[in-house]
Amino acid sequence: MIRVIYILWLRQMKRFFRSRVRLISSLAMPLLFLFSLGFGFGPIFAKAGEGNYIQFVTPGIVAMSLVFTGIFSGIEIIWDKQFGFLKETLVAPVSRLDIMIGRTLGGATVSVLQGLLVLLVSTLVGFKIPGLGMVILTIFFMFMIAILFTALGTAIASVLDDMHAFQLIMNFLVMPLFFLSGAIFPLDDVSVWMGRVASIDPLSYGVDSIRWALTGISYFGAVLDLILLFVITSILLIIGAKMFAKIEI
Amino acid sequence: MIEVSNVTKDFGHIKAVDDISFHVHKGEIFAFLGPNGAGKTTTIKMLTTLLKPTSGHIKVNGFDSSVSEKDVRASFGIVFQDPSLDDELTAYENMEFHGVLYSVPKALREKRIDELLKFVDLSDRRHDVVKTFSGGMKRRLEIARGLLHHPLILFLDEPTQGLDPQTRNHMWEYIKELNKNEGITIFFTTHYIEEAEKVATQVAVIDQGKIIEQGKPIELMKRTKTKTLEDAFLKLTGKNIREESASAVDNMRLRRRVMRR
Repeated sequence: MIRVIYILWLRQMKRFFRSRVRLISSLAMPLLFLFSLGFGFGPIFAKAGEGNYIQFVTPGIVAMSLVFTGIFSGIEIIWDKQFGFLKETLVAPVSRLDIMIGRTLGGATVSVLQGLLVLLVSTLVGFKIPGLGMVILTIFFMFMIAILFTALGTAIASVLDDMHAFQLIMNFLVMPLFFLSGAIFPLDDVSVWMGRVASIDPLSYGVDSIRWALTGISYFGAVLDLILLFVITSILLIIGAKMFAKIEI
Repeated sequence: MIEVSNVTKDFGHIKAVDDISFHVHKGEIFAFLGPNGAGKTTTIKMLTTLLKPTSGHIKVNGFDSSVSEKDVRASFGIVFQDPSLDDELTAYENMEFHGVLYSVPKALREKRIDELLKFVDLSDRRHDVVKTFSGGMKRRLEIARGLLHHPLILFLDEPTQGLDPQTRNHMWEYIKELNKNEGITIFFTTHYIEEAEKVATQVAVIDQGKIIEQGKPIELMKRTKTKTLEDAFLKLTGKNIREESASAVDNMRLRRRVMRR
């Protein structure tokens, strides 16, 4: 069982480290956001008395790369369906749950590595990293967020047969999740409805948790973040596993 | 080795497979022939536990496929109609992945991978990424992979589709050798009936979900009073096997045969 999970995880790692194009292209979007927003809004943010915007937005951008990479790692199942590799794993004498766990851990690890790369680059544009303890805590939260969204991607990919719905997922799921989460603006003074929308977006708690771990600022409180993240991640893992078990090829 | 009794598979109102029964014995090379949409792939999927029959029973290597799914799965190897390799891994890594999924112990796995890659002439490409392989090389690698866990049965769904004639001949030589030297039972489907005639020891013809004839190739030809398996097939089903995707060459071949009569 552990070996099955390990070999599936290892496969994701090998694919990640082998494909430089994928690595660069998935870093491009978060870094574009970091640079354009960071330097674009920085002066206004400071004028409004909110302090350093790079310091504020970096946790949001790290979360963004976790969501993007996580959901897409899940959605990679569609590729595997189309290119046939999924059949090889589904016809093997192993349980579907092990396959799903292996894939999800692999996808989540890839996402966290991407997120850490974004964090690393952000220090070059002035982001101040906290002490080692807090960084480890950050990585822990990053893993939770990554697993949550990889499981979500898995659930979605399990019911889709081809990549045609890709744009749909991008426009109606990934983008709203990101833009409504408080990743790029503080939730303190937003209108009531915006606050409500943000509070039902699971990513809000993800962003809040790493913002707390990295900069000490939190809107919901780290304890609430942790509890909600844990609950939502568990639920999505169960849904993802159920959907994955139902795949027929 | 394979016992199929009264198996039916419905997809909604459509009966893809309609009350079929047949046996495959140890050491046979069993060809499963039928026009497109006859129910060949659905049958293979049921035999390999990827689909559950609506009714009826399937036993593979003595295991009931609805009860001991894992035992059934561990006992066969399969080469799918479409490639199912990870293009971004090397030949060796694809094999290793398979070995771990089928819990082949490490030492045995390494030895077996060496042997099999040698058998399909891919030893020198073992550390190359699969996406650099030709269609024939991929198919050979898949056969090698399907054999890694010492299966008793090898399922081949259209093993030579999309390959050039020379590679096709090679492929059948590999398959015959396996059957002879390792005693592996082979179950395959194909569009190339003349190839089936050369290698198969048993044939079943399926059309519209029903098995309409089975036996040794020679028996089928006798019963239908034809000289080739392809003509026997034509007589039995009233269809050219490649009807839906018939090429000009196929049509010419068909016309030539009809004229010869």
